[in-house]
Amino acid sequence: MRLLGTASDKKLFDENGLRLDGRSPGDLRPIRIETDVLNRADGSAFIEWGGNKIQVAVYGPREAYPRHMQDINQAFVRARYNMAAFSVDERKRPGPDRRSMEISKVISEALQAAVMVELFPRAQIDVFIEVLQADAGTRIAGLTASAVALAAAGVPMRDLVVGCTAGKVDGKVVLDLSKEEDNFGQADLPVAIMPKSGKVVLMQMDGDLSIDEFNEATSMIFKATERINQIQRDALKKNYANTAQDWGE
Amino acid sequence: MPRDELDVMSEIKRNYILQKIRKDGIRADGRKLDEMRKVVIQTNFIPRASGSAVVTLGRTKVVCGIKIEAGEPFPDTPNQGVLTTNVELLPMAFPTFEAGPPSEDSIEIARVVDRGIRESKMIDLQKLVVEPAKQVWIVFIDIDVIDYDGNLIDACTIAAVSALATAVVPASTIGQKDFPLPITCRPASVTMVKIDNIVVVDPDLEEEQIASARLTVTMAEDGHLKAMQKGEPGFFTFEEIQKAIKTSSDVGNQIRDIYPK
Repeated sequence: MRLLGTASDKKLFDENGLRLDGRSPGDLRPIRIETDVLNRADGSAFIEWGGNKIQVAVYGPREAYPRHMQDINQAFVRARYNMAAFSVDERKRPGPDRRSMEISKVISEALQAAVMVELFPRAQIDVFIEVLQADAGTRIAGLTASAVALAAAGVPMRDLVVGCTAGKVDGKVVLDLSKEEDNFGQADLPVAIMPKSGKVVLMQMDGDLSIDEFNEATSMIFKATERINQIQRDALKKNYANTAQDWGE
Repeated sequence: MPRDELDVMSEIKRNYILQKIRKDGIRADGRKLDEMRKVVIQTNFIPRASGSAVVTLGRTKVVCGIKIEAGEPFPDTPNQGVLTTNVELLPMAFPTFEAGPPSEDSIEIARVVDRGIRESKMIDLQKLVVEPAKQVWIVFIDIDVIDYDGNLIDACTIAAVSALATAVVPASTIGQKDFPLPITCRPASVTMVKIDNIVVVDPDLEEEQIASARLTVTMAEDGHLKAMQKGEPGFFTFEEIQKAIKTSSDVGNQIRDIYPK
């Protein structure tokens, strides 16, 4: 949560222009993705992104319910973003709130663009995103892992979806804000694209950015998505390599 | 926005809208691609509220009432007033709007409107403190949607900004002197949708129904971005987004011209 208008008396850059955790402005935090970590779900992924720990599970395509939600032309993707009560410093009251409902909506829409929904009329595809530990950038980390979980579930997709956040701290544009930076941040810009085409499927912004700062932030994001996309692909490949080994190949 | 059985539009109508935009670069109602519908703002419509505005945007109509009450600040912001925004999609506004807890759509609209006002720092919340950590002014922005014909985000932003610009803090209720709500700027949101790779400003309901994606860009007088929201399952290319920002800057200035002074 942003502390509205809190003056940043805290120093967020050292004398060399490095950030509190030693990163330079364009650096990502460490990211690790693991696929098929759950048994029951049709597909799953676990992502660690900085201090974020997020579990994603995919169910479906399966018959859409309630019936009146069925679309005779295509499936719909329904993501549910949920924060565990213990995921943040002060206990979060369990259950959906306005923030999580909005995030669920924009994530669903972003995934709907990538999934070949026209192949599954009347079906729904559920994506459950459980934030076990939150450390800024949860929606993008959750979405990035969701795309991997969908692919691991064998859901046909046009492309993966990969996201990253940039923001402004102490008047400087930086990539992938940490929790501390986010608390004192002046702007926050989460973006997700389909990496092959560069199509933007999620974009939100709040704070204050000049047009130049916006362009700087987005070019940082686009560059970072290449690396994150590679991590997604490696996670999927590793999973299939393991499967092949299990079959003695 | 609502997508359900009532959204089914005849092929003829769909093709008509598409063709007109594609071939003539003109929209079904005769507007240019970057042209807003007519905006009418009436302020002080609800004298019982601390500030109010009725806004019609084409055939979309919303009523915004501001209530300002003394109350406790959030523990993490003891030196600031509180701002909350709520949007009600009333059943009277559209056949499939239902009474009950807020829908995803109404939450998204309220949060995007809220972000534009909050992040532009339109209201000087630091001037809304009666006694630090004890008592501050709480600004409730409540918006009733009473007639729906597309682009609720912009209609609601226009209504909220207009109502806030004319709002008075009822300090006499706690034995002080009433004063106008401290306003620093006037943000304007501009919402665009993409229809067949063409981006149009201020979509009406029919345009929303055939659009693949939506983008809202909120800016203030300083020409800086304050809030953005991409919605709906389609996508935008980065070039389209950059162009949309330019459009928002231009159209936003037009909106600011008609805000109450």
